[in-house]
Amino acid sequence: MTTTSAPLIRPKASRDDLIMRASLALFALWLLVVVAAPLWSLLSKSFQDRDGGFIGLSNYLRYVETPALFQSFWNSLFVAAATTAIVVPLAFVYAYALTRSCMRWKPVFQGLALIPILAPSLLPAISLIYLFGNQGLLKGWLFGQPVYGAVGIVTAQVFYCFPHAMMILVTALSMADQRLYESADALGASRLRVFLTVTLPGVKYGLISTAFVIFTLVITDFGIAKVVGGRFNVLATDIYKQVIGQQNFEMGAVVGVILLVPALLSFAVDRAVARRQVAQLSARAVPFEPKPQKSRDLALMAFCLVVGLTILGVFAVSVWASFITFWPYNLTLTLKNYAFGNFDPLGWGVYWNSLVMASMTAVFGTAIVFIGAYLVEKSKGFHFGRGAVHLLAMIPLAVPGLVLGLSYIFFFNMRGNPLGVLYGTMALLVINTIAHFYTVSHLTALTALKQLDAEFEAVSASLKVPVWRTFFRITVPICLPAILDVAIYLFVNAMTTVSAVIFLYSSETKPAALAIVNMDESGFTAGAAGMATVIVATSAAVKLAQLGLSRLLRRTQAWRKR
Amino acid sequence: MDGTAGAPYLGIRHLTKRFGTFTALDDVSLDVYAREFVVFLGPSGCGKTTLLRAIAGLDIQTAGTIHQGGRDVSALPPAERDFGIVFQSYALFPNLTVDDNVGYGLVSRGKPRAETRARVAELLTLVGLPDAGAKYPAQLSGGQQQRVALARALAISPGLLLLDEPLSALDARVRQHLRQELKDLQRKLGITTIMVTHDQEEALALADRIVVMNHGVIDQVGTPMEIYRKPASPFVADFVGTMNFLDASVSEPGVVSVGGRRFRVDALNGMTPGTAALVCIRPEDVKTRNVGPGDENALEVEVRSLEFLGSFARARLAASDGTGPDLVADLSINLLRDLQVEAGTRFPVALPADRLRVYPKTP
Repeated sequence: MTTTSAPLIRPKASRDDLIMRASLALFALWLLVVVAAPLWSLLSKSFQDRDGGFIGLSNYLRYVETPALFQSFWNSLFVAAATTAIVVPLAFVYAYALTRSCMRWKPVFQGLALIPILAPSLLPAISLIYLFGNQGLLKGWLFGQPVYGAVGIVTAQVFYCFPHAMMILVTALSMADQRLYESADALGASRLRVFLTVTLPGVKYGLISTAFVIFTLVITDFGIAKVVGGRFNVLATDIYKQVIGQQNFEMGAVVGVILLVPALLSFAVDRAVARRQVAQLSARAVPFEPKPQKSRDLALMAFCLVVGLTILGVFAVSVWASFITFWPYNLTLTLKNYAFGNFDPLGWGVYWNSLVMASMTAVFGTAIVFIGAYLVEKSKGFHFGRGAVHLLAMIPLAVPGLVLGLSYIFFFNMRGNPLGVLYGTMALLVINTIAHFYTVSHLTALTALKQLDAEFEAVSASLKVPVWRTFFRITVPICLPAILDVAIYLFVNAMTTVSAVIFLYSSETKPAALAIVNMDESGFTAGAAGMATVIVATSAAVKLAQLGLSRLLRRTQAWRKR
Repeated sequence: MDGTAGAPYLGIRHLTKRFGTFTALDDVSLDVYAREFVVFLGPSGCGKTTLLRAIAGLDIQTAGTIHQGGRDVSALPPAERDFGIVFQSYALFPNLTVDDNVGYGLVSRGKPRAETRARVAELLTLVGLPDAGAKYPAQLSGGQQQRVALARALAISPGLLLLDEPLSALDARVRQHLRQELKDLQRKLGITTIMVTHDQEEALALADRIVVMNHGVIDQVGTPMEIYRKPASPFVADFVGTMNFLDASVSEPGVVSVGGRRFRVDALNGMTPGTAALVCIRPEDVKTRNVGPGDENALEVEVRSLEFLGSFARARLAASDGTGPDLVADLSINLLRDLQVEAGTRFPVALPADRLRVYPKTP
């Protein structure tokens, strides 16, 4: 080692560095306020009595000792496990057909499977009520059993979760190395043996990840259990009842913390799996190209046709029912169910609220997400700060919407919190929604930024161009497709979300998705179906607009052509 | 003319850069003079890029100072230093035309539009792409992109040009062509230039002086001829060009013994008799013509194999009597014809004393 007495150098921060550091600090503060602090107040609330005194685990003990409450815990586990067991195989075959077969109309099938994403989770539940409820068209199919309860929840969840499972599995299945299959063929392995020894091990991690994601989705979803759960209580509905019904915030906090456990677990598994999945496909791998095989392709297509049309059918039922005069006795078409003023004091105002909320979430959320990801990725030095900020940005993925919403009540209602003025405002709904869907947006932006040449900033500095100029002139234009993706993702989720905002809206700011819950609660099922239809139509329109816009981007930006 | 006299343009003193526990640069000192073309040469991980990035201020050193043009720039961020840089990836802005790329640094200086346009046109002509202005980087070949990156770096008339492996992403043929152009351009502009490369041929062809680096320290600084002829260490000898390494020991002043055979050498670098040594000679320095059996350092060898390389052949030789060294020697095509050399042929060669380099052998 050297023993020179050369002076240690303290690098002088440039104006750019100072701007970046100050922005990063601001950004960290934002994440602390919208993610960390609320969760902390939720956690501490679960250890307090009504007067705010610390009582240790008493609330938790009371929870376990109250059979009515603890039963929901088992109920939640049951419906989550059942849904996972049904969805994962279905989605696997569907994804297998999309990636490993030569069946026709793949894009159509992919589109059909994605329909549920455009709607609030409530929609399949409402459809189930129209089909199998007390006045259901196909009520006889259940042999007199009521649809309300575990059966209804699981069935509706299967539809709601299907696209999420399919997307993960499609990704897993498309990462295959042709050479492995050729070797297996050359060695004379039977098709079954190839499937068991090559295909399945290759998607093992994808399957594990899917199972955990679906399990978590079901356990944390509120809408379906609310609409079709009947007397079958689950954790998500318990929180709502404890907080809204009985004003028992402490017990609500306890259920919230319990709800965090599976989500955190799934988050951890997903991270671990993601790390291993990377190593799966080496740079030299040859992408898998399926070969036609008539009988298999036809069988898979038949399967996809059945599943895809069932999904379409279930969603069509709600749409159709929303135009029906009096289900199921008078099936003439009418628009009266769209006169929302009859079911909700705000009438179409709730839809307007949703549009405002979704637009603001998209605009502000995208700006914050992109700038934040840029700071994490591109600021120099400051490793600890950047790591911490990135970690904060990952938390929302592990926090169910209901839990986040509940923690917002605690934090923004806290005595002495100057941010309390936000409570009940549209601004808080927007902030909450941005925070709720933060992680996926953050990762999308980060992926796009990582694809940029790492030396753009260095070149700019050498040319004495300030960092913000390069940000607006180079970084943003290049990342425009990803920015658009983030904006659309935030918009559609803000349109359809129910869970987090349910604790935060006021009578003036009620969004459309919540109006559905209210209408359904008050027995205006047709109105609920109508509002759900409006939301689906809006999400679909936005998605189509995105397709058009990205095509336009490719056409008008000559530099994107090779 | 140029030279290494007077005050250096760039003075680097006791530079150390640590990444955690890893020392990437260990007490490096170096002077670079105005108008010089200096090449940092070394294997990957030797610290050459780290040194370049420290000079640019992109990764500022842990300790030590850098003076540029009499100014202490040691702690300054890149924007406050005076340099232009070309990266291996070129880092051209894909969404800007070639014109806008080259003019990127000029626009923000608030120069009039017409002036910027004229300067950009001038630069593009300089790098031989006068008509490429309206194109986007993706529409250019690798070599053309490299020229644009060079023009962009030169646009702000920097005092120092830094090139980080600028040619290594190109095809061999384009690389050789651009190498010559780069050298001509540097001469023409007289801009002080530092280039990083791991390609010794590139370094020998381009540099006024080569800085050979290994394990975060400078092994040798010298002109290409000095580096090639008088490598300061076995590492340099091995890294630059091809070299025979013969295990030897010092028998008496001016004489080494290789496998029992004695050779006279000119310089012993102060090694005392009995010391284990490495004796080195380049394949082209093995004397093959007009060697008599009684000549100094002569031995008879047998050709084991021949590798035909176009203008010459590389031969693996072994001493005919089984004692003494195995050698690699370059034989001209003339020689092959005249002596009808083929595998198995025996003929005398000599290892000229002034071409033998001796280094202490490190275990």
